[in-house]
Amino acid sequence: MPYIALPPDLPGIRGAMAFRPETARPLNALVEVLLTGPSTLSRGERELIATYVSSRNCTHYCHSIHGAIAAAHLGGNEAVVKQVKTDFTQAEISPKLKALLVIAGKVQQDGKLVTSADVEAARREGATDLEIHDTVLIAAAFCMYNRYVDGLGTDQPDDDALYRERGRRVARDGYVTVSEEYLASHAGAAHG
Amino acid sequence: MPHIALPEGLPGISAGFAFRPETAKPMRELAHILLHEPSTLSLGERELIATYVSSRNCTQFCVASHGAAAANHLGSSVTVEAVKSDFQTAPISAKLKALLRIAAKVQQDGKHVNVDDIQAACDEGATDLEIHDTVLIAAAFCMYNRYVDGLGTWQPTDPAMYAQMGKHLAEQGYRTSSIRQQSSIESNAPASSMVPSL
Repeated sequence: MPYIALPPDLPGIRGAMAFRPETARPLNALVEVLLTGPSTLSRGERELIATYVSSRNCTHYCHSIHGAIAAAHLGGNEAVVKQVKTDFTQAEISPKLKALLVIAGKVQQDGKLVTSADVEAARREGATDLEIHDTVLIAAAFCMYNRYVDGLGTDQPDDDALYRERGRRVARDGYVTVSEEYLASHAGAAHG
Repeated sequence: MPHIALPEGLPGISAGFAFRPETAKPMRELAHILLHEPSTLSLGERELIATYVSSRNCTQFCVASHGAAAANHLGSSVTVEAVKSDFQTAPISAKLKALLRIAAKVQQDGKHVNVDDIQAACDEGATDLEIHDTVLIAAAFCMYNRYVDGLGTWQPTDPAMYAQMGKHLAEQGYRTSSIRQQSSIESNAPASSMVPSL
């Protein structure tokens, strides 16, 4: 049960976004650039970073939906998503992504924990400055999204099928397009 | 020394923003709406929430710049310093204290917020929108702070630079850079000469 009067039929961040469309727009624009915009990291890799950080923050809605989006990008490979959540060092992902997840894991705790050795390790596996930048920002941004979803006490359903279905849609259409539906149908809930 | 090749001479988040304008745009817009657009929370109150969260995350650049913006709105830095050291005894409203308690929990983990915290804020007159914005300001500064720290950005300690930034942020908001550039565009100055002028 949310702490404030969020629209009742929208779980997780969607209820919060519909409540306040003004802030929803830049929140969606940021995630769209980071996770779906042009990048030398694949969409699946970026969703895995988002999933991993959300999993470390124990935000059920976010790690479920981004895990589902990641799986959709990775040919339905839910096993690798689960492995990244439990122990990414054993996952079938590239050494570069593992080095980036080390950085993401530190940012999730505190940005000051990232060391030049962490960054060097990522570079040795071929990571570029832009990939390192985006990894830091994806991890930082999910520390925001996760706290937003948890801090408002949003509904976070326990329903794999729901996340799987929605994950496919977001993977196909992107964040901004999908958000337009619920933002339009609940416009200005905060001021109503 | 930044972890990646950020433009030289730009402090804190402005270096990250200059490195990646595509992500800077929504990040600036979010801060502008939360901290500068009309709200039933005053500009000073919202900057105090941002300063407080940044202080708990120990991100010096964000503490100093938002503290300076808050001081600009409030007319002095006395309240800012009081909020940073112990907001319970600071000269602020009971409502803002209740909202800062929520912000403090969000800074640690959003799941720490409970119905009693929300009820306490409501009892002091906080609206749903004010509670929403408090949660999102606190959450957003957990992002901005980690971004600034995680890239290893340059975080100067010069109070005069922050005073100038704080004035810009208080007056203009967040859509444009608060860093004054020494060289004009006509001189085609390289990024390295864009040191903040005092």
